[in-house]
Amino acid sequence: MERRELLKMIALATGSVVIGGEFLLSGCKNNEAGKGITFSQEDIDFLNEVAETILPKTNTPGAKDAKVGDYMKVMVNDCYTEKDQKAFYAGIKQLDEACNKMHQTNFMKASPEQRKALLIELDKEAKAFQKEKGEKEKAEKEKAGKERNKVFEFEPNHYFTMMKQLTLSGFFTSEVGAKQALRYVAVPGKFDGCIDYKKGDKAWATS
Amino acid sequence: MPENVYDAIVIGSGISGGWAAKELTEKGLKVLMLERGRNIEHIKDYVNANKEAWDFPHRGGRTQEMIKDYPVLKRDYPLNETNLDMWASDKDSPYTEIKRFDWFRGYHVGGRSLLWGRQTYRWSDYDFEANAKEGVGVDWPVRYNEIAPWYDYVEKFAGISGSKEGLPHLPDGQFLKPMDMTCVEKDVAARIKEHYKGSRHMIIGRVAHITEPHADRTECQFRNKCWLGCPFGGYFSTQSSTLPAAQKTGNLTLRPWSIVTKILYDKDTKKATGVEVLDAETNKTYEYKAKIIFLNASTLNSAWILMNSATDIWPGGLGSSSDALGKYLMDHHLGVGASGMVEGYEDKYTYGRRANGVYIPRFRNIFGDKRDYLRGFGYQGGGSRQGWGREIAELSIGGDFKDALTEPGNWTMGIGGFGEILPYADNKVTLDKTKKDKWGLNVLAIDCELKENELKMRKDMMNDAAEMLEAAGVKNVNKWDGDGTPGRGIHEMGTARMGKDPKTSVLNKWNQVWDAPNVFVTDGSFMASASCVNPSLTYMAFTARAANHAVEELKKGNL
Repeated sequence: MERRELLKMIALATGSVVIGGEFLLSGCKNNEAGKGITFSQEDIDFLNEVAETILPKTNTPGAKDAKVGDYMKVMVNDCYTEKDQKAFYAGIKQLDEACNKMHQTNFMKASPEQRKALLIELDKEAKAFQKEKGEKEKAEKEKAGKERNKVFEFEPNHYFTMMKQLTLSGFFTSEVGAKQALRYVAVPGKFDGCIDYKKGDKAWATS
Repeated sequence: MPENVYDAIVIGSGISGGWAAKELTEKGLKVLMLERGRNIEHIKDYVNANKEAWDFPHRGGRTQEMIKDYPVLKRDYPLNETNLDMWASDKDSPYTEIKRFDWFRGYHVGGRSLLWGRQTYRWSDYDFEANAKEGVGVDWPVRYNEIAPWYDYVEKFAGISGSKEGLPHLPDGQFLKPMDMTCVEKDVAARIKEHYKGSRHMIIGRVAHITEPHADRTECQFRNKCWLGCPFGGYFSTQSSTLPAAQKTGNLTLRPWSIVTKILYDKDTKKATGVEVLDAETNKTYEYKAKIIFLNASTLNSAWILMNSATDIWPGGLGSSSDALGKYLMDHHLGVGASGMVEGYEDKYTYGRRANGVYIPRFRNIFGDKRDYLRGFGYQGGGSRQGWGREIAELSIGGDFKDALTEPGNWTMGIGGFGEILPYADNKVTLDKTKKDKWGLNVLAIDCELKENELKMRKDMMNDAAEMLEAAGVKNVNKWDGDGTPGRGIHEMGTARMGKDPKTSVLNKWNQVWDAPNVFVTDGSFMASASCVNPSLTYMAFTARAANHAVEELKKGNL
């Protein structure tokens, strides 16, 4: 299938909130380039722990093994708009505050169970936020109608949506993600449209 | 022979230019092939072909800097990190959009033959006769029986994989073995056939990939990295196919960085004498002479060259005496279709990455069907299992969530339409003399839109897609009508159409400019209508046929 249709199909088949795959589809949508954020090593460590909570090491490697924190730094600075950059960076503090509120402890000091409970809540909050944002933007776009070159001033994305998207894309397109969490064959040599599959067999990495 | 004199000049090195060079050199002509952009050598210059996602700093995505630098390319999938250097610079080569037109260009040796979707379908007489039967545009001066042997000829060389289906509106060709359909695609195809009593078909895509060893090329390895350039030569491109054949003759001179600014015309002999070239690196101007000229600069750029040629005789340029030059611009409109979930098949999966899908040939306004618009559309699509980008019910964070994502998800099936656009006189290109490109050359102004016929068709394209999937048992079908902006099909056609009458067309049935019979235009600009099938195979066939005619006429002393 042609790449353009395939990507659209993935997006559409999975509903309006496409996590992870979306950056491949549309990249960053706005025009304004961000000035860049200086992430400290502390920030990167923090992001690694967030990512590891989302995709922890199980019997396969986790997000930290794929250096997702470093990947987030590159993606946020190079690919995000200034608005999203700021929202993402502010999100580090907000996440910590939310953790304090829920567990009376900082995220870095929280137990894995506390971290997971927090992120499950933040995920719900972020999904609700993105849904409402999406509906608002859709209405605005419909109002604009044919003015397809119109530049919209949309509010930034929820910080946790960005963190989760980057965790998923950063992990599953990394070498450890593709080769150890998933299966990857660089040169398949053939295509078989119908092979047997049994539960537990890994999905193919598509890179 | 002086060094600036050749038997033939080919302007452009993409799909049709490559064919022109191959055919003319193999017939013994000394050929100069001019390419406006840089050289890309087969294999050696496919610099990213063996990289994996993790080798790219943004994993293949796009940065804000890229978005700023590519205001047109950013509008759809072409703007990405993996093959950015294979797309023309929007900044160096701007154009004017009177109405929005997404023009995605490849300015380098091989042109878009390195980037194309590789879907390859024959036209039938339902296509060639449509204009005449419906009184739209001008009648094609060619019918299927004339072009069929040339389809055979180019398919045998290019290597096309596909299945023989015996469909009158999608004629079979010289196929290498077809690629496999997935189990879901096979079952959906069977259910569609049953539901529509054999009147609708879902077949494996016919695609310019070799599925068996072919000439010196290695068969497709199913990496799905085609647009990085294929080191195996698994798909047809100028580099993998026509260029090496032309070079083997010893008759080809390839000159990259050569922007043709005009075709030189002699009003006494009423023939072209050569071309003027602006060297894109040095800005120096050169002239090259030849007996025949093949214009294959890609649809809109071929119109641009004609408009800038022989303006002392025709203010509108060479080929403008009919007033058809620049007009009747077409594309295929797409971005509309449906998709959904397929239950079951949990014990089935696929192996390999197939850079192909399924195809549903046209079924509207044919075989007795009658709609409130003219012509029709086909679908491309596929059925596969979801990957890690999906949502997992009840899980959002943690080890169970991750482990669930490391397994394939549900099967999904989706199809997207490719619709025919009619030829309209006011869908056109003109020269914008107020704007200059990097080399100080005037640029094109594009004025093109979908009209009532296309907009009505899109309703069917969306609803028929959903209806067919539902009829085939697909669940949660989601239909969409997204962005149908012209240009996004990357199938620009028309602007120098062929016809029977020099008063209403730019080219005759042999692709010769009526006003300069030694100039052959064989890229998409010659198209008098668009059909709904992907056009490149038709350019190949007409190019080979025109080259044969050119050499015959040359031998007879007619050119």
